[in-house]
Amino acid sequence: MSGEEETKMAEDKIAVYFCHCGSNIAGKVDVDKVVAWAAEQPNVAVAREYKYMCSDPGQDLIKEDIQKLGVNRVVVAACSPTMHEPTFRKAASDAGLNPYLLQMANVREHCSWVTEDRDEATEKAKRILNAQIHRLPFNEALDPIEVPVNPAVMVVGGGIAGIEAALKLSATGKKVYLVEKKPSIGGHMAMFDKTFPTLDCAACILTPKMSAAGKDPNIEMLAYSEVEEVEGYVGNFKVKVRKKARFVNTDTCTGCAACVEACVVRKVPSEFDQGLGKRSAIYIPFPQAVPLRATIDATNCLTLKGKKCKQPCTTACGPGAIDFEQQDEVIDLEVGAIIMATGFELWEPDQDPRYGYGKLDNVITSLEFERISNSSGPTGGHIVCKNGEAPKSVAILHCIGSRDQNHQEFCSRVCCMYSLKFSHLIKEHLPDTEVYELYIDMRCYGKGYEEFYRRLMDEGVHMVRGRAAEVTDLAMSPEEEGRLVVKTEDTLLGIVRRIPADMVILSSGLSPAKDAKQVSQTFGFGCSGNGFFLERHPKLEPVSTVTDGIFIAGCCQYPKDIPDTVAQAGAAAACALALVDNPTVKVEPTVSYIDPEKCCGCHICVSVCPHTAIQFNEEKKVAEVITAACKGCGVCVAACGSNVPQQQGYLDNQIFAEIEGAMAL
Amino acid sequence: MTELATTAQAKELHRQFCEDVMSMPGGEKIKICQQCGTCTGSCPTSYLMDWGPREIIAAFRAGMIDRVVKSNTIWLCTSCYSCTVRCPAGIKITDLMYELKRMAIKYDLAPKDGKSPAMTKYFVDSVHKHGRNHEVELMAKFMLMKDWGLPFKFMGTGLKLFTAGRLPLFAKNIRGREELDKISAYLEAQEAKTQ
Amino acid sequence: MRYLYYPGCSSEATGKAYDISTRAMMEKLGVELVELDDWNCCGATSYFNVRELDSFAIAARNLAIAQQQGDEDLCVICNACYTTLAKTNRYIEESPEVHEAVNGALGAVDRSYDGKKAVRHIMDVLVNDIGIEALSEKVTRRLTGIKVAPYYGCQYSRPMGAFDDPEFPTTMDTFFTALGAEVITDYPGKSKCCGGMMMLTKEEGALRLCHELLEGAHKAGADVIVCACPLCEMNLEGYQPRVNKTFGTAYDIPVMYFTQLAGLAFGASPKALALDKQVVPCDRVVAAIPA
Repeated sequence: MSGEEETKMAEDKIAVYFCHCGSNIAGKVDVDKVVAWAAEQPNVAVAREYKYMCSDPGQDLIKEDIQKLGVNRVVVAACSPTMHEPTFRKAASDAGLNPYLLQMANVREHCSWVTEDRDEATEKAKRILNAQIHRLPFNEALDPIEVPVNPAVMVVGGGIAGIEAALKLSATGKKVYLVEKKPSIGGHMAMFDKTFPTLDCAACILTPKMSAAGKDPNIEMLAYSEVEEVEGYVGNFKVKVRKKARFVNTDTCTGCAACVEACVVRKVPSEFDQGLGKRSAIYIPFPQAVPLRATIDATNCLTLKGKKCKQPCTTACGPGAIDFEQQDEVIDLEVGAIIMATGFELWEPDQDPRYGYGKLDNVITSLEFERISNSSGPTGGHIVCKNGEAPKSVAILHCIGSRDQNHQEFCSRVCCMYSLKFSHLIKEHLPDTEVYELYIDMRCYGKGYEEFYRRLMDEGVHMVRGRAAEVTDLAMSPEEEGRLVVKTEDTLLGIVRRIPADMVILSSGLSPAKDAKQVSQTFGFGCSGNGFFLERHPKLEPVSTVTDGIFIAGCCQYPKDIPDTVAQAGAAAACALALVDNPTVKVEPTVSYIDPEKCCGCHICVSVCPHTAIQFNEEKKVAEVITAACKGCGVCVAACGSNVPQQQGYLDNQIFAEIEGAMAL
Repeated sequence: MTELATTAQAKELHRQFCEDVMSMPGGEKIKICQQCGTCTGSCPTSYLMDWGPREIIAAFRAGMIDRVVKSNTIWLCTSCYSCTVRCPAGIKITDLMYELKRMAIKYDLAPKDGKSPAMTKYFVDSVHKHGRNHEVELMAKFMLMKDWGLPFKFMGTGLKLFTAGRLPLFAKNIRGREELDKISAYLEAQEAKTQ
Repeated sequence: MRYLYYPGCSSEATGKAYDISTRAMMEKLGVELVELDDWNCCGATSYFNVRELDSFAIAARNLAIAQQQGDEDLCVICNACYTTLAKTNRYIEESPEVHEAVNGALGAVDRSYDGKKAVRHIMDVLVNDIGIEALSEKVTRRLTGIKVAPYYGCQYSRPMGAFDDPEFPTTMDTFFTALGAEVITDYPGKSKCCGGMMMLTKEEGALRLCHELLEGAHKAGADVIVCACPLCEMNLEGYQPRVNKTFGTAYDIPVMYFTQLAGLAFGASPKALALDKQVVPCDRVVAAIPA
């Protein structure tokens, strides 16, 4: 031990608390032995053990010793700091001790949970503890940094999740920017026919919300816009949004659709109708669009492609809203919090050729069926095959692309229910049509879902337990001529069946958006292994991300039905509100500090900082840390060749003391 | 066929089978079979089987080894690999079928009158004798031992093939044909060591 | 271009025409094939039924010989031989235990194998090494108007899918399109099982499968079915009369090895391609190819 260390340690009164954590720690580590050993260490004023340190009585132990024994340094040997450091630091703070004078020694995740041998575990626990006992004298009191918070919130994505979050926030008086990349809000829900299990018409329950969002004075609607760049940190995000040119003046356009009628380019496959219907080059995606404004699609408009056109749209437009010269507009917005509600994409079944999607007629996806069934869809709500005739037999295949190591491993959660819904819709329109559900498990977990399943069985839908092996048009018997055949094992009967069908609906799974990874990187948070946005904690923090101030809601986090989406959107709004409803937010002070006297201006730290939290001061020719943006990752400390950046709470002498403490035994 | 008479015997056999299957690369994956039926549905010959591949896996997991070995399933597998390619749990079902065939032969549980096990045996014999599989010799032996009706079914085609020179009567031996016996002997000795 | 060449046991008997036509075709393409010295049976599907390590070891004997014989990749024509040899490589790569056992066994006959000899299916060599452009240029008789149904069978791209999709392969389609043929790219059964060895052990099963395959090709209007495996070719061609007898059909679809049809396109004579050894006559197809 150095002289400096000895002096330091002599002044301090360290309290050691060893948590049993039930049997998580005590089951492997000999607690009594370690505590007895700890009590004898220099500068340890008191060493205690307790079953659950994080409980009230546990925390009270700390508070009492601080107040009554004058303890001025605390180490809690327990779980990981990511679990309870805030808990214990708050306890210390409540008792009047600066929270940064408390350290945790992780003897659970780093010791009892990963060591087989009891003696080895006990030894290791001692070392981990000793490291902190040596470090504590070098800890310094730090005060949290307060930064102002911009009260506005941005919601990215205008589906039901985004709309709900925006409305909830607006109701509290906050300003909301609702950014949606399509020409209208509404998302996938606007495409559905009826929703399960209540069979509410999707449009009927969605359009009032869409309309409310469109009219809301607090919600600034930025449809047909995309986020290009995000900078900043919690409470202070700077977002660049590109408002794409519609080539229609949205202030004067009334949405009367006269231009749509007049347009000469009429055969563009409609995205909203899943390519089954056609639209014009100037179009309104669906009649209930919000905002109800026309948009010109530059890849199909003759004028915008540089070809000759009489421009009947301009002639037809009363207010004269068509503007071929319109440019994209990039705006800079400042918000305090961001809610990501960017939704999902449907798994494309042509990735699995055995179902014949894209090759065989009348093999369709779930979204395509929604549009066929929908009365405002391409078939006027008549369930018909490509030849215009009603199918006499429909097979609905579950788990397309899901629960499959070759494609998406996860269960897509909503497909069983929407498949059952399809059965009902078909039976309702075509009572004499045979309907087959080919499933592995029938997942009806929600409120009213099991009852819905029973209803469908009652309606005479054939439930065949077997994952369809393939769909073919090769007829091997007269009844199969001219029809599709679904080959599957009926596992409950133990026989292979060839089910003739006129229409096959592929209940395809929900996938993360193709650009999800890119989007998450733009905003500065992560994705999970299956590609969806990653929540901070799977059980306890489902709407937060690891980046403070950015929240997620809806299917962009994981597939879910409408009730759960709406609930999660409300939760995200509440979290965002909790942040922006305060004038300031406290940021951890474990930030980097660059001494301007020592910095030689080489720029290395500026380029390596993953949070762009270091800027170069051109006048002084030194690097400066933007304290509020710094996340305390330590990369600059490691990168600097001159050892200039010092991270508060992780100073060199503190870390070396830990190392010495760990090696001392 | 060994009579699986006593429960103790059956249990021991199951234990041995489990050990064998779990030790083959990827074998432990049969634990995650969700019984979805894709394999049986995809199998070109499952309609001929007593129990489809899915049921064989279920029977295996339930310890019903007698069902596994007494069925004709494993002998009807053509190794087309459709099941393996489509299985959502990534189970190498074809390899499992091979393993079960091998174990059936090893524990002398293959059907004595079965054509497929016999064909296998004659094939291996032919390969070890000449170094290559002599097709005519193989078919002749098979017909003699297992299917006297075959020559009659085959007559028209057989004659055409013969006149086209596609059925040579005499086999060529490779120089290194004894190496194959040595290889087998070595591996058998190795296996004996580990038992 | 030069490749080590593994003909497979059938090439000496029922699959003779495949070997003959392959050599003739490759000669026209200027590719040298060096037959593997003293090669032994790969074991195919049957050997795996008996002992696993033995099958790997006897397959590896060929690979060990190949390594000694030259640096070139080993070109294999039969689907089953290809899958067996490539699977052996895969298992040796993935499992050190298998590699050790195999090398031990090879050691008993003074051989060894490090697992690094590349095994290539002939179509992989044609489409990926020689390339479509070069192949097109070598065509002297374009197969214009000939409706070709490429039959891949099971062990072409399953289970490994090393050079083509396991579920929906297309390399043979691409190849014949380059030769000017009208390829039927999607008919049911293009990569379904023909029954293989089952034609001998359980005839009814194999006949039914062949019936389905022939029906699919017939409905699609195929003039000729081309194969890459002696067993598949035998089942579809040799047994076509029996399929007709059993199911009351009247299929009369010529079936040949893809190298035979391709050889014609590259200018080889029908005799050089062993087209005089067919069971179902294919003079119609040969005559239909424009001069």
